[in-house]
Parts: sequence; C-alpha cells; structure tokens
Amino acid sequence: MEYLLLIYDSEAGIAAMSEAEQAAIYADYGRFTQSIQQSGNHRLGQQLQPVATATTVRVRNGKRAVTDGPFAETREQLGGFYLIEAKDLDEALAIAERVPSARIGSIEVRPLVPAMQHAGQA
Amino acid sequence: MNLESLYRQEWRRVLATTLRLTGDFDLSEEAVQDAFVAALEQWPREGTPGNPYAWLVSTARHRVVDQLRRRARFQEKQDELEQVAALEESEVDLSDVAMVDDQLRLIFTCCHPALAVDGQVALTLRTVCGLTTEEIARGFLVPVATMAQRLVRVKRKIRDARLPFAMPPRDRLVERLDAVKLVVYLVFTEGYAATSGKAWMRRQLCEEAIRLGRLLCELIPRSPELRALLALMLLHDSRRMARSGPDEEIITLEEQDRGLWDRQEIAEGVPLLESALRDGANDEYVLQAAIAALHARAQRAEDTDWAQIARLYDALLRKRPSPVVELNRAAAVAMAEGPSKGLALIAEIEAKGELAGYHLLPAARADLLRRQGRWPEAADAYREALAMVANDPERRYLSRRLAEVEGLQSTGGAGVIH
Repeated sequence: MEYLLLIYDSEAGIAAMSEAEQAAIYADYGRFTQSIQQSGNHRLGQQLQPVATATTVRVRNGKRAVTDGPFAETREQLGGFYLIEAKDLDEALAIAERVPSARIGSIEVRPLVPAMQHAGQA
Repeated sequence: MNLESLYRQEWRRVLATTLRLTGDFDLSEEAVQDAFVAALEQWPREGTPGNPYAWLVSTARHRVVDQLRRRARFQEKQDELEQVAALEESEVDLSDVAMVDDQLRLIFTCCHPALAVDGQVALTLRTVCGLTTEEIARGFLVPVATMAQRLVRVKRKIRDARLPFAMPPRDRLVERLDAVKLVVYLVFTEGYAATSGKAWMRRQLCEEAIRLGRLLCELIPRSPELRALLALMLLHDSRRMARSGPDEEIITLEEQDRGLWDRQEIAEGVPLLESALRDGANDEYVLQAAIAALHARAQRAEDTDWAQIARLYDALLRKRPSPVVELNRAAAVAMAEGPSKGLALIAEIEAKGELAGYHLLPAARADLLRRQGRWPEAADAYREALAMVANDPERRYLSRRLAEVEGLQSTGGAGVIH
C-alpha cells in the first residue's frame, strides 16, 4: 500500500534558525531518506521551493485564472513530500514520525487510491 | 439460555474472530448478522449447539466465503478466488487464547488514535458492545442518520487507509491503551452526566461502559490503570439511585440519601481501587476514583474528608490542568477550610476568564455565599447561573435554591446554614 507523507512546516520558523541548525536538519533528512531506502519503504521524495514561488491555476467556465501564491494561506506550509510503501497505516505512521520535520512541523499521511482499484471504478 | 442474552454474549466474540479471518468490518458484520439469523431459525428446531461460538463462527465464515467468491467471480479476479479458497480451507483457531486476542485486536482497532474520537466511540459500541446504530444514536441524542454516517466514515477510513486489525506494537501499547480508556470513559460519562433524553438508554451506556471496563480488566489483568477506571465507574454509578429526584431534579452529593447508594458496587469498586494504587496506577482516573472512594466511605456528608479530597484535586490539576478541575478544587477547599477561602479561589478562576459562560461557576459562588448567609449576593449569583444553564434538571435545582435564599432574604434570616 502506498502512502504520501506531506511535510508541513513553518517557512518563517526555519528561516529564523541559525545556519548550524538548518544544516543539522538537512543532515537528519539525509539519514532518514537513506534509512527508508535501505528498508525498502522509499518510493520518491523531494523538497519543494518555498510557497513564495507557488502559482495557482483554476479553470472556470473554460476560462483560465492564474494567481500568485498557494491554494490556501496557512500557518505551516507544504514544504516537501515522500511517497512510501508500507504494509498498513501503523507502519506508515511509524515512518512519518521519523521524518525530521515531525518534531517542528506536521506530517500528513494520506493513503493513495490503488491504481488497479481506480481503473476498476472508472 | 435465550437468544437475546446469547446474542449479547457472543456477538463481540464471533465478530472479533470473523474479523481476524477477513480484516473487513462491513463484510464481517454482515456475515455475523446472517449467522445469528440462521441461529434464530435453526436452533429452536434442532436444539442449541454444544459450542454456540464455534457454530456461529463457522456459519459466519461460510457467509464470508460465499460473499467473497461472488465478488471475485463478478470481477473475474483469479488471485482473489485463490484467497477465498485458502480462507475456506484454513483451520480456524477457536481456543480461549485466540479468542482473547481477537477481542483485544477488535477493541484496539476501534480505538485507534488515527480515528476521530466520536468515531471510535460509535464503532466500539457498535462492534464491541453489539449495540444497534439506532440505540447508539439515542444514547448520544443525535439523529440515526447522523450516527449511521459517522459509522460509515470511520469504517471507510479503516478500509481505505488500511488500519491494521492488529494489536499495537509493544512500544505503542501505553498510548493505545490511553485511547481505549478514554473511549470507555466517554461512553460512561455520556450515560452518567446527561440529564436529558430517554433515561433508560443513558442507563444502558453506563452499563455498557462498566461491561467494557470489566472485559478489559479480564483481557489485560496486569493493567492497574484499567482496574482504576473500572473502580471509578463503579463508584460513580453506585450513586445513581440517589442523585436525582422523581422528576429528575438533581440532588447534590451533600443532600443525597446515602442509604440509596449501591453498596455492592462500592464493595467491588473500593478493593479494585486499592489494588490499582498498590500496583502503582498513577493517572487521572485513579485520582478521580480515589476522590469518589472518599465520598463512598463517608457515612454522612459531614464525615467527608474534604482536606484529602482537596489534595487529590491538587494532584489532578498537576496531571491535567483544567479550569473545571480548578473549580472542583475550590469547592473542596471551601468545604475543608471554610467558604471564604473557596470564594477567593473562585474569584481567581473568574479573573482568568476561561470559564466565562459556564453556569457552574456562578452556581459554585452562589453556594458558598449561601453557606455564609449572604442572601442577597447568593440570590444574585443564582440568578447569574440561571441565565446560563441549559438543562432542565439543573435549572430546577438552581431555581429551588434561589427561592430558598430569596425567602430568607425577605424574612431577614441570618446566620450560616449548610
């Protein structure tokens, strides 16, 4: 079963950290990524550019509207993600709690609709 | 044994074992329901089987296999057909040990912290206690459709997020047991605290909660916290006959006829609490149970050890700071050290503003002013509380007190009363 781990943390909070603190977090991320690669849970994972770079697109009545900024302004921002394979939610949660940002931000765990099931329902 | 008490006894065990086999709530629930319907038809005719549990599990399993086979054929899925065949041929472990594990897995799954708390409570009552959706809806005073929707949502999350039907790993056991305790306690307080709605149904919630508490103590006998929780529920429940009048009017602890307290529940609860304390239970339930036990122990209201109760509220506050606990502590201190000390503490709580709009705050102040014989101020405070109170039995109680102090005010009565 695949789960997406959405990593939310405060961009302002991270920007306010010292360089040494930021470097420590990056090092933690490196170790964490490596460990879930070794355990076979890792599918994909990437950091996102800050929300200041976000652009939102909507199409209404066939007309495209492009706006600057994220879909929703929130206290914590989506900063990155991992796509993982886990046998069930308990395993996914146990991985999510090890994401370094879990200690300063929040990790939202979302199961993916299995590709087969999706095709079957369509 | 008649079928209804058998249903009560076996529903949870049969469902728990069927869930072990399928891991699918809806499928298992339907199959178990069908198995009970089959029992209702066959048993009166052919006699009750020697092992009803084994019969029901076996029947439910056949239903599951039929259902899965139909589904797999319809979707033309070969691998699923093979799984069904394996399920059909597998040997089902029906030993007592396996049955206990099944029930624990069921309870821990229903109370998984990834589920919303209201969903945990509803699912536990539906699957562990075997209550119908209608019964649960009545207990929580919500429309049946709302409760049905809540159950659908929670079961859908279990299925789609793939919540394991499993015991929590050892390092998660404490966290998960906390969630289980909370669900049991919420079921109890919902039945106990509410003073409106159909009384008999609320009573059923208390009974279910105590039943769950007993079951958990049986399943996990090493947990002193579970014993404390059961003790707490029993000690509170022991006052049920004394705590309201014929028209549901509230009767305060002080005014209750202690002869109506259920001595059997007290006799069961107190030793449970003592053993929990001996084994090091140290959570909020054990502190609350200790407070309830001090009340249970007092032959008359004036024998109550208020100083000790105030100390227990202190400990409770340290464990779980809350303005409501602070208010309870103020009332205990007032009883131990005099109303003026209590009034000073209430003034502090009021200054913080966290309990603004909470009717029990002016009601507690009114009570202490009344004890000091300050009738006009007491009357004002009762009026303040009456303006905020939402439920009838409490309104009637406050109105009675108000009339009392107004009467004393007009006749110029003076002095401290109790």
